[in-house]
Amino acid sequence: MPIDFLPVFLMVAVVIMLAAFILTVSRLLRSDNPYPEKNRPYECGIDHVGEASAGLFKVQYFVIAILFVVFDVETMFLFPWAVVLADLGLFGYIEMVIFIVMLLVGFIYAWIKGALEWEA
Amino acid sequence: MSRQSIELSTLDNTAVDLAAIGQSVLASGPEIIIIIAASVVLMLSLVPHPRQDQLLAGVSIFMILLAAGMSYALSDYTLSDNTKTAYAGMFVIDGFSTFFKVILYLGTILTVLMSASYFRNNGLNNNEQRKEGVVQGEYYALLLFALAGGMIMVSSTDLLLIYIGLELQALSIYVLTGFLKADTRSNEAALKYIILGAFSSGIFLYGMSLFYGLTGTTNLNDMTTALLTLDLSDPMLILATLFMLVGLLFKVGAVPFHMWVPDIYQGAPSPITAYMSVVPKAAAFAILIRIFMLDLAALQPIWLLNVAAISVLTMAMGSFVALVQTNIKRMLAYSSIAHAGFLLLGLVAGGEAGIASIMLYLLVYAFMTIGIFAVIILLNKGITAGEPIEDFSGLATNHPALAFMSLLFLFSLAGIPPTGGFFAKFYVLVALVDQGQIMLAVLAVLLSAVAAWFYIRIIMLMYVQPPALQSKVRSEIQLNLPIRTVLLVATIGTLLTGLLPAWFLALVAASMPLGLG
Repeated sequence: MPIDFLPVFLMVAVVIMLAAFILTVSRLLRSDNPYPEKNRPYECGIDHVGEASAGLFKVQYFVIAILFVVFDVETMFLFPWAVVLADLGLFGYIEMVIFIVMLLVGFIYAWIKGALEWEA
Repeated sequence: MSRQSIELSTLDNTAVDLAAIGQSVLASGPEIIIIIAASVVLMLSLVPHPRQDQLLAGVSIFMILLAAGMSYALSDYTLSDNTKTAYAGMFVIDGFSTFFKVILYLGTILTVLMSASYFRNNGLNNNEQRKEGVVQGEYYALLLFALAGGMIMVSSTDLLLIYIGLELQALSIYVLTGFLKADTRSNEAALKYIILGAFSSGIFLYGMSLFYGLTGTTNLNDMTTALLTLDLSDPMLILATLFMLVGLLFKVGAVPFHMWVPDIYQGAPSPITAYMSVVPKAAAFAILIRIFMLDLAALQPIWLLNVAAISVLTMAMGSFVALVQTNIKRMLAYSSIAHAGFLLLGLVAGGEAGIASIMLYLLVYAFMTIGIFAVIILLNKGITAGEPIEDFSGLATNHPALAFMSLLFLFSLAGIPPTGGFFAKFYVLVALVDQGQIMLAVLAVLLSAVAAWFYIRIIMLMYVQPPALQSKVRSEIQLNLPIRTVLLVATIGTLLTGLLPAWFLALVAASMPLGLG
């Protein structure tokens, strides 16, 4: 039984080694020139002296992140579906329409509630 | 879709078994109706309407009744391949699931009916609150989603599907718990519930993954056969069983996994507290029964002693701590812990009698709990005022009918005949004694005598104490039609289960799953 999981362990080992390898190589190759602005967390192009540095984040980031997840998952479903659509035929088409309509309910709700507005 | 057709369709890779899918859709019709209803309610809530609350509540109730009708029609219906399973054996529409769905429908409809009164009593209907975003649409939609989750739970025979149902229900209830956005207690309760709920789901999921590793399947029926070849003393199997058990005991609020119950019951809006103590509890017990008493009954030697100890601890803890509570919702939270302990005794008793006693108990419990919460909602004087037990004092002089109904619910909760609560407890004890567990039965009776004290304390307040100096507030108790209906249904249910227990027990026995070992 444990031998069945050998590929999983191999995968884990390869991932760890690859990560260690990349970090080591980049450490050796890169020029090291830190200064305060560079060490700050990246903030999507928003000026970093704003309210985020006072410990407050705009809640809009959170809403956008949530909405992104929803539509990202939708895309994840759409890609494999599109590949086999010809085999699935009309039924597969209808099934995806049902899925998208259900997402649409959530989208309309979010839109009307103003989740897509960026209020300062 | 049957097992063979799945294999066929994976063989030629292109064929979509439309007939089997049609059967599956038909079998899950009630769930589909409820999910459509939730979506419709959510959309309707976006359109301003002068009597929006009534409209949304009306749509919700109509759709639940529609789903109930469909469940009733399906209960006698066999799918084309002469089974009652759908979705490749993941979903079943047996009498057992239909019985639990009836409890879920009942609980949800009564909650919807109570809600209008609650939000009006707390002034949550005015424009100021609307501006803050406390509106009703999401409330009803979330209730329906929670109902759909519960229905999926009771109908599924696959661990993955059980988990999806559990999460759909739990996530909706987390939000409903924190529905009073302006109230800190409600927010705190929601946060605690999310953290502990996620924690317990994680434990449950871990148990599932261990089971999957041991048996190679998530389907409960396939697991039954896989278990035959496993050694029950395998530490991995013991760990898996205990993890899954602990995850579910968290959901029913058994000691020592009960810490979340009082805070969350107290903080949540009262209708949601009523809902929480009926619907998720019934659904959680349904999966406890389905997993541990039906499909994986072979595991019984592993958990029997643990559950027996936990049930006694739960009853003791719930009964003794409830004695010193001054907040009625907190007291009922401990009372619900004590009831969970009693229900777990049915699990210990095992067999057909044990299952039947749990099912009957949950039905009776739904009636009496919803009833007493309806009274609490009527007495509620705003979120900030809290719910002191003294609210009940002198109720008999001002509102004799309401006091009498409360008396019935409290008698039933205490387990005093001629109410349903007596027979609910009675059948659990009979099942226990039949199994020779006399000691446990004696303990259970003694602890319910302790529990009876705090119910009778409220009755004393109602009938002996003079009314508190709030006659102005008293006269403001508004008995509108929905809450009247709730009280009536709860009273009739509590009384009928007490007067015709044999009929209800026969009903339960008829919905018992066949082929019980």
